[in-house]
Amino acid sequence: MSQKSGSLSRYIAMRVLLAIPMIFVLLTLVFVMLRVAPGDPISASAGGAKLSDEKIAELRHAAGYDKPLIEQYGTYLADVVRLDFGKSISTNQDVGDVILDKGGATVTLATGALLFALVIGIPVGLLAGRFRDSGFDVFARLFGIITYAAPVFVVGLLAQQLFATKLGWLPLDGQTDPLIANDIPATTHILILDAIWVNDWEVVFNVLWHLILPACTLGLLIVGVFIRMVRINLIQTLRGDYVEAARARGIRERDVVTKHGFRNALVPVVTVIGLQVALLLGGSVLTEKTFNWPGLGKQLIEFLNSRDYVAVQGIVTFIALVVVVISMLIDIINALIDPRVRY
Amino acid sequence: MANLPTELVAPLADEVEPPRRSSHGVRRVLAPIREAQGLARFMLWSGLAITGMFVVIAVFAPWIAPYGHDSYESGGERFPKQQSPGGDHPFGTTVQNFDVLSRVVWGARTALEVMVYAVAFSLFVGVLLGLLSGYFGGWLDRILVLVMDTLFAFPYLLLAIVAAFMFSDVPGGGVVTAALAITVVYIPQYFRVVRASTLSAREATYVEAARAMGAKPRTIISKYVFSNVIQSVPVITTLNAADAIATLAGLGFLGFGIQPTEAAEWGYDLQRAIPDLGADMWWTATFPGIAIVLAILGFTLVGEGLNDVMNPSMRKRRIRPVVIPPITKPRATVTLAGGPRDANAGPDEGDGPAADVGVPKQAGAKEQAEATGRTKAEEQAAATAAAQLEAAAQPEAAAQAEADDRAETGEETK
Repeated sequence: MSQKSGSLSRYIAMRVLLAIPMIFVLLTLVFVMLRVAPGDPISASAGGAKLSDEKIAELRHAAGYDKPLIEQYGTYLADVVRLDFGKSISTNQDVGDVILDKGGATVTLATGALLFALVIGIPVGLLAGRFRDSGFDVFARLFGIITYAAPVFVVGLLAQQLFATKLGWLPLDGQTDPLIANDIPATTHILILDAIWVNDWEVVFNVLWHLILPACTLGLLIVGVFIRMVRINLIQTLRGDYVEAARARGIRERDVVTKHGFRNALVPVVTVIGLQVALLLGGSVLTEKTFNWPGLGKQLIEFLNSRDYVAVQGIVTFIALVVVVISMLIDIINALIDPRVRY
Repeated sequence: MANLPTELVAPLADEVEPPRRSSHGVRRVLAPIREAQGLARFMLWSGLAITGMFVVIAVFAPWIAPYGHDSYESGGERFPKQQSPGGDHPFGTTVQNFDVLSRVVWGARTALEVMVYAVAFSLFVGVLLGLLSGYFGGWLDRILVLVMDTLFAFPYLLLAIVAAFMFSDVPGGGVVTAALAITVVYIPQYFRVVRASTLSAREATYVEAARAMGAKPRTIISKYVFSNVIQSVPVITTLNAADAIATLAGLGFLGFGIQPTEAAEWGYDLQRAIPDLGADMWWTATFPGIAIVLAILGFTLVGEGLNDVMNPSMRKRRIRPVVIPPITKPRATVTLAGGPRDANAGPDEGDGPAADVGVPKQAGAKEQAEATGRTKAEEQAAATAAAQLEAAAQPEAAAQAEADDRAETGEETK
């Protein structure tokens, strides 16, 4: 397999270029779903309240809904390019500010969940693959299946009931105790980092304390995927010719498994992390609702309930961008660490 | 075997057209299930038992449930509010005076209804688009792949929420709305799998032969490609059925599902039960929660069991003891290794050998792609490599070694 030099940079350039049509398709889908579909956003956002016709016309004009669709579409794309996500109808806030404000909590939650899933999933998957068909392997597979089958909110409610209400070990919900974090200046908009920034360790531990239950709950959703991937990868790796060759050279079985097997089996984990981002973002909506976690998902639900089309569209657009960018980054990282990817 | 979910068998049985092969087709599908062993067997049967129970409860809900799904009184007497389990209400009552047992039983019916609609819709659209896209290729294929990949990358629950939000005015009520919302989410999965296997089936010798004899694309697709491509679908269908129940419950939990007066829905009931938990009223959340988990678990176990059974790498250890170690000639191994697999499939096959060997290969390519992430090029390379091997029809290649190291084989051939 001879590689021309510069194939890596060419691969990266291709991947970045490929992201553009993807973003375009996503934006178009979001627009079609939210604008062309039936229903009048303006009167819907007013809820039950009766608005005068002039008032409705005025609001519609302000939101740009009186223009032809194709023109609205153009404006929408142009706004997104400038990272302008519009202004909420219901709260009159800039949607970009809302995202900045609430996104931090979601990032905290998703990171916690991912860490939990990695810490549990990788060792369990490696052991299950190494001792294939053993009792532990069976246990690991069933564990993965059951955690995947149990919806986030069922697990969350059970965990709340057990660890918060009955045992009182962990807090029931929220990101912090009330009022404790009010005077932390928003530098990064991720509360835990902001608290570290100003050396307020009480808040840091408080957030971590509150994070345990929701992060584990969300992490359980994806841990099964990691177990399965790592297990299958290890089984396939151990079947490889170079593993056979290592054994033939008389290398100790333990070294064969750990040095030749584990390392190669773990390469695809990066890809899997990328694929899990969508699952995490979706699951975080449910987790945030269950644990009253002040993140983007909970905010989206509130906007949906007040039928705030503009804000919903803004947040969905933002999430779409995040998904595309992350999948792009993951592919690039993958190409960097695994030369077989870039052909 | 009697309580096999019909959707597992029906599409295949329908599709193998000549009556001579129809029973054969069914037997071919059922063979691996009959021969499943170990964990796969356990998962299949326990999954089928749970699923069967779920379906029975759903179908006979009117006779099983003591009250209607939204009745808060019986014989003019209002049910007590939030009564603990016992007496007239074995599972207790809710804050809305509903009988929890009745809600749980009727909820099974709602879940089954939505699941069947959702799976049927997405199966139809996804398989059709996948076949067309994979067979004809060209610009239609490129656009569809782009759109489907994009949909696939998007968080599925968010997609369902937005879809439910948009379809909320669709006539036909909450069940259809929820089913449509879930459909949008699962179309890409069928599309991807069917398209990938269509791509390899298109190049197979028997399709080429049909084309050479002047068969129209329509005939080729419906007679030759479809029945070979559809074999990878049952596993996804069962896993999707599980996901559909989870998504429906998720939508209900967030308040975008079915309204309580329309039908009983577990997710909605759980959401209403959140405040009860703080007040030590465990029954309103526990029973719907158990119902959701069991329903999803049942379908997942069936899907996982099927996956194991149809997947050559999982089946390997059952085949291995049959293979007598080669004494002098590798040739002997080949015939022996071929034996048990053919026995699985049945002795004679009209357009057979290629199709038959194709199944494990497809599953293999899929699993490989899953394992290493979804690098499409890889998936395709593996699939085409498989197709090439089929075309070459080398007995050594078709034997066990190939199924074991599909990744390596794929790279070498390329």
